[in-house]
Amino acid sequence: MSRRFLLRALLFCLLLPLAAHAVQPLEFKDAAEEKRFQHLTRQLRCLVCQNQNLADSDAGLAGDLRREVFEQLRAGKTDAQIKDYLVERYSRYVLYDPPLSGSTWLLWFGPLLLLGAGAGVVFALVRRRARAAAAQAASPTAAREEEDW
Amino acid sequence: MARLIPLIAFLLLAGLLGFGLTWNMYHDQREVPSPLIDKPAPAFSLPLLNDPARNFGSADLKGKPYLLNVFGSWCPSCVDEHPVLVRYAKELDLPLVGYNWKDDPADANAWLARFGNPYDVIVADAQGRTAIDFGVYGAPETFLVDAAGVIRLKRIGALTPDYVEKTLKPAIAQLRGGKPGAAP
Repeated sequence: MSRRFLLRALLFCLLLPLAAHAVQPLEFKDAAEEKRFQHLTRQLRCLVCQNQNLADSDAGLAGDLRREVFEQLRAGKTDAQIKDYLVERYSRYVLYDPPLSGSTWLLWFGPLLLLGAGAGVVFALVRRRARAAAAQAASPTAAREEEDW
Repeated sequence: MARLIPLIAFLLLAGLLGFGLTWNMYHDQREVPSPLIDKPAPAFSLPLLNDPARNFGSADLKGKPYLLNVFGSWCPSCVDEHPVLVRYAKELDLPLVGYNWKDDPADANAWLARFGNPYDVIVADAQGRTAIDFGVYGAPETFLVDAAGVIRLKRIGALTPDYVEKTLKPAIAQLRGGKPGAAP
């Protein structure tokens, strides 16, 4: 092992923290704070790559927003306050879980309405079958007409 | 009548598909409407690109309408947009504030030297903190702010001659509405 190699290795080790600094890791004071941060950023959408959340995105803006969220969290803001801060600037679109409001009620209750409509159709069909079966028992010709369509 | 139900259902679905396709043709799905429209522009004070010791901000722009254009030398669509800015800067007759977002000053200056500098003043936001207040998420973005400091219009994506003629110019004319010597 030459001296030059050792020198390079030493230089590499010295510069490593600098490279790590470039990606700006957030320094959490404890596991609970980190957990809260991860939980919050997973509920927020990255606006650059819109199908990723803030926690997962590599986009430059996502990094800025993570830093902002972290600093506000450190400053003692509640999750709701941090979300409001982002909604004021980026609209409700940043929330993966849209709150119930005039423009989102269809989103929330649409599936229930469809389920209700489906149940109605099934109910009507079952009743019709039951009636057809009863009619068949009484007169076989009438039932055949019913079956036709 | 019962026989027609599948056909009607099919036509309804086809109609829905057609609506979705035409809607997407005229709307950018990635575009997030800004909640800041018709709200006061956030107060800002940022170092000048070419004189970082001096700050420039909303206080200096008080009482006059202006255009704020977010750009970066790393942004490909800004290259597409730039000729439009260069072409219309004089004609729009508004202070044009360049907002150099998350950029290196040397890169920004090289970029401006290459493509032209239509800006009256350029502020630099290297860390991107103020950009969050403006709800910036993708350069280029352009804000029209009126004399009272209220954001009237936001364009997400490159300005096009069509957009300038059909949307931006009428909006500026409206700001000046009634004032003597208003530009057409």
